[in-house]
Amino acid sequence: MRSILDITDLKKVYEGGFEALKGVSLSIHEGEILALLGPNGAGKTTLISTVCGITTNTSGDIRVDGYCVKDDYRAARRLIGLVPQEVNLEPFETVWNTVRFSRGLHGKRRDDAYLEKILRKLSLWEKKSSRIMELSGGMKRRVLIAKALSHEPRILFLDEPTAGVDVSLRKDMWDTVNELKRDGVTIILTTHYIEEAEAIADRIGVINKGELLLIEEKASLMQRLGQKQLTVELQDAVTAVPDALSDHGLVLSEDGRTLTYSYDTQADRTGITQLLGDLSAAGLVLKDLQTAQNSLEDIFVTLVEEGQA
Amino acid sequence: MNLTAVKAIYIFEMARFFRTLTQSFISPVISTALYFVVFGSAIGSRIQEVDGVSYGAFIVPGLIMLSIMTQGISNASFGIYFPKFIGTIYELLAAPINFLEIVVGYVGAAATKSLFIGLVILATAGLFVDLNIQHPIAMLAFMVLTCTSFALFGFIIGIWAKSFEQLQLIPLLVLTPLVFLGGSFYSISMLPPVWQTVTLFNPVVYLISGFRWAFFGLADVPVGLSLLAIAGFTGICLVAVWWIFKTGWRIRS
Repeated sequence: MRSILDITDLKKVYEGGFEALKGVSLSIHEGEILALLGPNGAGKTTLISTVCGITTNTSGDIRVDGYCVKDDYRAARRLIGLVPQEVNLEPFETVWNTVRFSRGLHGKRRDDAYLEKILRKLSLWEKKSSRIMELSGGMKRRVLIAKALSHEPRILFLDEPTAGVDVSLRKDMWDTVNELKRDGVTIILTTHYIEEAEAIADRIGVINKGELLLIEEKASLMQRLGQKQLTVELQDAVTAVPDALSDHGLVLSEDGRTLTYSYDTQADRTGITQLLGDLSAAGLVLKDLQTAQNSLEDIFVTLVEEGQA
Repeated sequence: MNLTAVKAIYIFEMARFFRTLTQSFISPVISTALYFVVFGSAIGSRIQEVDGVSYGAFIVPGLIMLSIMTQGISNASFGIYFPKFIGTIYELLAAPINFLEIVVGYVGAAATKSLFIGLVILATAGLFVDLNIQHPIAMLAFMVLTCTSFALFGFIIGIWAKSFEQLQLIPLLVLTPLVFLGGSFYSISMLPPVWQTVTLFNPVVYLISGFRWAFFGLADVPVGLSLLAIAGFTGICLVAVWWIFKTGWRIRS
């Protein structure tokens, strides 16, 4: 797959000595939706700001469609649209003028028909003559998206697009993002919400303390999510897993009272019936059974904890 | 050069001016009229002519300079400080534009606004006194240069300022005293010799003197020196702005 953004060994150390990015390397495929997950202060916004030119990097290389963001900043920035985390808008200006300003700023000639199309798509057309200060919070977020799309970018950065947004608007945002993807726009979004990444991303990256801990296809992650654990509590403790049960890959707890069996929910046969039969044949008396499913959140928490260790 | 971007910034900034056109227009007309009532008529009638020019007419260049300098600074400083304050500066930093294009857009709009106000004051002054401008082209050139250089200065203040209070600090504490002591309302030849020498360290003296020469052919200092002063001031401001964008001082982390 063709990559449209290549980041190599990106480091950012702020003036006070805080190391926000510790050598991040990452390639974004053209036309994909990448969700960057991470806790507060993980370096998500710094990463986006550095690519967009708002923050300067300490070292490393960033190329947008082959253009270096330092040497060929004009060509690189023309390809990028940014929706910032904060709702930063000129309150006294109208929706139309503020969107037109963004297009002009990127050196694009006036194209009212195109801007009308964007505003209609974002349900903002009726509000085009309203001042920003008269709009609701959700509408203002849409204006930010309209501004970011005004110059027809090929890459769109959405920094926490649904932070503080109600459920229905969040759903609308996801629809908008999917529609943009269909139009061929590459989308990189940062989020706290794991369900958001699950709902719309093609790939998921996890970042913490300035390091990229994981970047993986959502499908393969979901496969890992498909793993479930069956926990068997025994009436009497055992010292080892009986030989007759060795094929099941059971894990015995330290106190010898619990056996854990992992299985794939997506598989044709989970092996549970066979396991229960074998347990009985081995003479083990069961006290209780429990099942639990891995979630992206588990993977995320584990990765973040490992990163902190 | 990304001229479309320059135009976009210019139009966006001018829109702010047109939104408050009544204030932008009426305020200088009223304040100029008040200056003429107080200095021109009430006090000026008791002051004899200055080098053959009536006192009412004599103060016109100083009044215009006073307004275009303060307006140039306040328009440009607010123009760039406001995006910093509300956070929309991100758009400028992420746009495919360089420092020169940003400066031309913001400073151009601020200079246009102050030029407009200067012309309004000139027209208002024409209602109170007879004005026979001896060097109209030079007069216009001095006005444009002053509007531009002070808008540049204001742009630097806007980037430097971290609060609205700081935004007002230099115009109030530095510029206003320099303008009032720079011969806006008097010829420096009226001062005692010691103060005449001290006054020559005030850069505003050169600007007002040159501007007054364009009106009446009278100057406290040679016109060439006035031009040199304004060119030097513009040059210093340009270098400062170039350095700000090169280093990202107070705008890019």
